[in-house]
Amino acid sequence: MTSIGTGYDLSNSVFSPDGRNFQVEYAVKAVENGGTAVGIRCKDGIVLALEKLVTSKLLKPGANKRIATVDRNIGVVSSGLLPDGRHFVSRARDEAAQWRQLYKAPIPTSALANRMGSYVQAYTLYSSVRPFGVTAIIGGWDSEAELPVDGQVGSGPKVGAGGKKDGAKHSGPSLYMIEPSGLYWGYYGAATGKGRQIAKSELEKLNLADGQLSLEEGVKEAARIIYVAHDDNKDKEFELELTWISSLDGPTKGRHEEVPKELKEEAERLAKKALEGEDDDEEEEKMEE
Amino acid sequence: MAINFKDGVILGADSRTTTGAYIANRVTDKLTQVHDTIWCCRSGSAADTQAVADIVHYHLGMYGITNEEPPTTQTAAAIFQELCYSNKDQLSAGMIIAGYDHRHGGQVYSIPLGGSLHKQAYAIGGSGSTYIYGYCDANWRENMTEEEGIKFVKGALQEAIKWDGSSGGVIRMVVLTAKGAQRHLYLPDQGYQGPGRQ
Amino acid sequence: MNHFPQAWGRPRDDVYGSYDHSHFQTNGPNQHTQSPIVTGTSVVAAKFKDGVVIAADNLASYGSLARFTDVKRLRKFNDQVVVGFGGDVSDMQYLDRLLLSLDIRENYSSTENPLNAKNLHTYLAKVMYKRRSDFNPLWNHLLIAGLDGEDKPFLASADLLGTTFSSPTLATGFGGHLAQPILRKLLPDEASVERVSEEQAVEVVKECMKVLFYRDARSMDKYSIAVIKKDGVELKEDEKLENQSWAFAERIRGYGTQTA
Repeated sequence: MTSIGTGYDLSNSVFSPDGRNFQVEYAVKAVENGGTAVGIRCKDGIVLALEKLVTSKLLKPGANKRIATVDRNIGVVSSGLLPDGRHFVSRARDEAAQWRQLYKAPIPTSALANRMGSYVQAYTLYSSVRPFGVTAIIGGWDSEAELPVDGQVGSGPKVGAGGKKDGAKHSGPSLYMIEPSGLYWGYYGAATGKGRQIAKSELEKLNLADGQLSLEEGVKEAARIIYVAHDDNKDKEFELELTWISSLDGPTKGRHEEVPKELKEEAERLAKKALEGEDDDEEEEKMEE
Repeated sequence: MAINFKDGVILGADSRTTTGAYIANRVTDKLTQVHDTIWCCRSGSAADTQAVADIVHYHLGMYGITNEEPPTTQTAAAIFQELCYSNKDQLSAGMIIAGYDHRHGGQVYSIPLGGSLHKQAYAIGGSGSTYIYGYCDANWRENMTEEEGIKFVKGALQEAIKWDGSSGGVIRMVVLTAKGAQRHLYLPDQGYQGPGRQ
Repeated sequence: MNHFPQAWGRPRDDVYGSYDHSHFQTNGPNQHTQSPIVTGTSVVAAKFKDGVVIAADNLASYGSLARFTDVKRLRKFNDQVVVGFGGDVSDMQYLDRLLLSLDIRENYSSTENPLNAKNLHTYLAKVMYKRRSDFNPLWNHLLIAGLDGEDKPFLASADLLGTTFSSPTLATGFGGHLAQPILRKLLPDEASVERVSEEQAVEVVKECMKVLFYRDARSMDKYSIAVIKKDGVELKEDEKLENQSWAFAERIRGYGTQTA
């Protein structure tokens, strides 16, 4: 590593002569060791999935959830240092609650991503702090319905509002990924953690930009991708965490929830089956790399 | 007052400001813009309502810039309510918020003295409003055309001006639609028939 | 006006005597001169063997003016709790938002049991008591209806002073005078709850709403009614009073001996 011994990697607020912040790059290394996290933006919802590496047999299966709910309609999954992820989620919840206090409406996913991006970035500026050791994926469904102002009473004209323009909707699923540098983009499919390379190439095959993939297919793909990405890491045990957010008329009614047990088990069954069937192809793929 | 109509909303108000029985301003503009197509009608203390409207104007301006998307009428109503509710002990402000945006169309909200928030088909407020509850209830129809809406608002305000000593002067209106904001003015010496669109 | 800016805008000493500077004291007591402005009237509720029924009309008054006729004063918290609000509407909206933020916080993780009516009543009573102790009360009288931790019917009230009360039947405001006696005929004590069916409870509550409409000058004939049972909440927000009795007015002539 070119940074070692130069001294430019010792403080957060110091650039190296060639314009790099090594502390941020080390934080990325922490992320690269974390369990794989995946987010998929489907045509009618969002799926978040996580390969939760089981560090001890003494841990209760199914407990210690790592995908968090921020507001009713927004979920966060992260990979990297677990406590950093927790702090990130705590801040995201504060931001969402603060937004609700002022605007009396849920925070748009894009606004939350923007605020969290700024927050994470601030941790790259000062020598007294270290950057976040996580890359977080934020998924949300911004309601397509006309939301009332929180607490409002009354409902306006019976015939509905006049002068609406068709196709002027600013709503639906959105997905963002925030890196330790504070950099964030909106994605069709996002992956981070140890198996991100495999996961990303799998996500690309789904042609998510076409907006054809349904939520239920997305759940199955997400489970499969986590299993495929884990394949290189076979010696370690893992648990699959799966959450989703659908449209208002979908299965979760616009809320961020755990995928129901039956569907999750079905997705895992299919994932394992696909893995067994692919064993031969997989060898070929590896050769190509 | 403010009403919903087929293509958006119409705000209307008289132009009288009084200190006791003295008319401090006979050509007041009580229709105040807080964002491009979000306006409000102010009643109660002129100082209080101006201060509140100025603060909301600031917030909505910031919202538009930081979120790269114009605020909705709901957003405006929420901020108005927060200010009116949390400062209810020192404020005497009755606000009506009316706005238009492409997604939600026209909307009308009323925030009376205590700081509660009510979404309404049409809203009336201020001292003159008590005289026109009957007129408005009897003549209100949903989904009116712009012409019908203007006639309704003008008719109601004329009655308020006629019976309420604290209302008077000219009738001002703002029509908010997909095309933006359009002001109207109607003068007593023209029988409230003109000049009309400004 | 003289050339001392400090004296501008104040009564002249030579005319009125020296100015009483105590008016400028800023360290006096804080005052929250509060009184309700836009108000809702009674809420009535009764337990029955499988749950609770609760009702309130849809009116928000501004003094004696029937200002808003579409105000829903029953708020569903989750699948086992409904809160009914009497009193100031702006404070009702504040509490509604408070409950919303509580619900969001409670659902960050889905594993725990959801808050039941008993939990919510404890919470709201503490909020009400805290605010009255700050001399800044929330001007409401609440009924919390639903199920307790053992899925048994739960009904209790909390008011602007933080006072709490629990009973098989409850009513706030005018309802305390007019509805309670009617409700108590059917449900005199806790033991009677087991003998009352959902239909009976709904019927007696609707009867109370009718009597209240007859005799409460701040009421209206449109109301909301909710039934909370183990299988969830059934909330109807646009009900109209039925079977009113007015025809006897025909037989009333004059006010004493007159017959014409």
